[in-house]
Amino acid sequence: MRVGLFVPCYVDAFEPEVGIATLELLERFGLKVEYPYDQTCCGQPMTNTGCHAEAAATEALFVKNFSGFDYIVAPSGSCVHQVREHLTAIPQTEEVKAVRSRTFELVEFLHDVLKIEELPWAEFPHRVAYHNNCNSLRGIHHARPSELNKPFFSKPLDLLKKVKGIEIVDLARPDECCGFGGTFSVFEPAVSAKMGYDKVTDQSKAGADYVVSADSSCLMHQKGCAERLGLPTKYIHIAQVLNGAAA
Amino acid sequence: MSAEGMNPQKDPLHPQVQPPTDESARGQDGQRLQHAEGASKPVRAPAAREAQPRGAKIRGDRPIDQAEAAERFIAAPLHQAAHDARLWDVRKKRDAATQAIPEWEELRELASQIKTHTLANLDTYLEQFEAAAKANGVHVHWAADGAEHNRIVHGILRDHGAKTLIKSKSMLTEECGFRHYMAANGIDIIETDLGERIQQLDDEEPSHVVMPAVHKTRIDVAEVFARTLGTDPTNDDAHYLAESQRVTTRPLILQADAGMTGCNFAIAETGTVVTCTNEGNADLSGNVPKLQIHSIGIEKLIPRIEHLGVFIRVLARSALGSTITQYTSHFRAPRKGTEMHMVLVDNGRSARLGMEEFWTSLKCIRCGACMNTCPVYRRSGGLSYGATYSGPIGLIIDPTFNKRKYSTLPFSSTMNGSCTNVCPVKINIHEQIFAWRKVLAEEHQIPLLKQGMMKAAGAVLSRPAAYRAAIGAADSALKALPRFAVYNPANTWGKKREMPETPKQSFHAWYKQNRMKGGAK
Repeated sequence: MRVGLFVPCYVDAFEPEVGIATLELLERFGLKVEYPYDQTCCGQPMTNTGCHAEAAATEALFVKNFSGFDYIVAPSGSCVHQVREHLTAIPQTEEVKAVRSRTFELVEFLHDVLKIEELPWAEFPHRVAYHNNCNSLRGIHHARPSELNKPFFSKPLDLLKKVKGIEIVDLARPDECCGFGGTFSVFEPAVSAKMGYDKVTDQSKAGADYVVSADSSCLMHQKGCAERLGLPTKYIHIAQVLNGAAA
Repeated sequence: MSAEGMNPQKDPLHPQVQPPTDESARGQDGQRLQHAEGASKPVRAPAAREAQPRGAKIRGDRPIDQAEAAERFIAAPLHQAAHDARLWDVRKKRDAATQAIPEWEELRELASQIKTHTLANLDTYLEQFEAAAKANGVHVHWAADGAEHNRIVHGILRDHGAKTLIKSKSMLTEECGFRHYMAANGIDIIETDLGERIQQLDDEEPSHVVMPAVHKTRIDVAEVFARTLGTDPTNDDAHYLAESQRVTTRPLILQADAGMTGCNFAIAETGTVVTCTNEGNADLSGNVPKLQIHSIGIEKLIPRIEHLGVFIRVLARSALGSTITQYTSHFRAPRKGTEMHMVLVDNGRSARLGMEEFWTSLKCIRCGACMNTCPVYRRSGGLSYGATYSGPIGLIIDPTFNKRKYSTLPFSSTMNGSCTNVCPVKINIHEQIFAWRKVLAEEHQIPLLKQGMMKAAGAVLSRPAAYRAAIGAADSALKALPRFAVYNPANTWGKKREMPETPKQSFHAWYKQNRMKGGAK
């Protein structure tokens, strides 16, 4: 099984330890993981802004880098959603379609593909609020969104339950968007920040020491908001927790 | 002024209305009553005064600056907090109401299919409706656009020498600019929906399709009523305000020359107009005067009366979290000695029906659930959109009316998708927002600066060497992540949030150092 690791641009630049944790975690399950060296980005900043033509070359590069893998795994629901649903600025050849359908977010790869049963190395004795990134939640179906009258399920919480000592706390508004929204955070800063402040306040009131998520972009925004409000909450990617980060 | 001298503390107008702390108001099942407003946790008007933030600045066809208006709304924290809390409360009630019936998701699917079918055969159903209505003795009119609608209604009023018109809330008439047109033609209009009446008295558009004045606090309403109805400006008791409005408006209703309603559902097989209200005001508007007019958007059609039940079940649950609206009124034929008119209005709908990616927005039944759940809407206020329709549904409908003016609206979203999940007719709202962005960018209806930034970002992100060089310059421009912000001189990230720390090395550099010893390309 050929597994390619996709480290999204902002993880590469700002949260390299998330990429390292993802790589090490996959290797713990005996996988030989390859890292295509010329990778950059999935094209999301451009397509989210409507600029598909401007995203085409980046999308083509993504496909070139990841063609031929059985699975492409990335620690970001948002980027995986882009690849799977919106990588459409280039002609949809068999190669492109194969890359798109073989791209998985880390949580769903562990939960649905590897079907892992235990994480003996993982221990995280903290009060944790889980943040469902909106694309992970409603785009690639990590969990049952609170709007739907369907049976509850949550892949990330299933995985976190295998971590020793962890305590999950509930938020008052569990699925409320944190306001990052990609380019939204830059073009609509007032609303974006207000949503972020409300989100981190909710987490703090719930008594969370840590907020865990499958998406670094939301975490980066929330961390920036929490620090601005002077809240002590810490933010960490689920890959790090599952890989046995001691915090 | 009969409102004068009322003291709600000493003489409660409605002693039967229990305060929210009262636990006696329970239904047969022992649960606290869950009917619409009756079950809502009243959001206390703030004690401190704060000027009501006003909506987006309208400058002809120039693109609406929603972000600017939203920033002003957020800068009024008492209003913003009350607005957010009120609508989140409705969203929670909606969740409870929908989870109380196991067949909820099937109902949504059924509602969606009925609407899809009707829209796909709209010509047939419209002709059927017209024939049935005529057979009922109704005068049926067709209006291609808002202007024609206004002229037709004005013509009907003129023919009857009518000078005053009472009407219930109708988003269609808002689309048509009806109130302004009639004011210019010397017709007095009295809105009979309380929220809409407040907005009319304040000369402001409705900010929400179901709760037109939800952006106002009680203090704001007290101020408007004091100014326009002569009430006590210091008395913001809800019962006092509602009663004052009632006392001043009732005589106008009873004396009106003509009445008008919008339409929630138009039944093709029977030619019936169905309205759903909680105040019974559509009944007053339709049944009191001898001349009654119903304005109907052509997408309101459903084939048969048996389909109505599906929509009645989803509408109020989605809108307010109640099982049904207090009034579901069927208007079919004129009462003896009266005249009944129905105006079927297109106003861009048939053009929208031809838009491959956007036509399903015509399924909308105007419940407002997408607005209540929208985190951007709750923090911006409906007037920040500067359009008839605000919130998620507005983002995908408004550009069909004016692509330039509303070109910015599809960007006032994080595309989180909650709107799509609450939509009772399963409109893929957030996907249409995404699709609109593409259309607007292709047609150069987005700012040159924004498109330029994306072009520059695309150039860097598609060239590994250029990308590496940018990442390498870690302590310079790239600190301003997200990376597209690199090209944004204003650093809007850092104004409101702390910047992320720059790590010692990128993942790429770590990988090269630790995993490619001697083997780096």
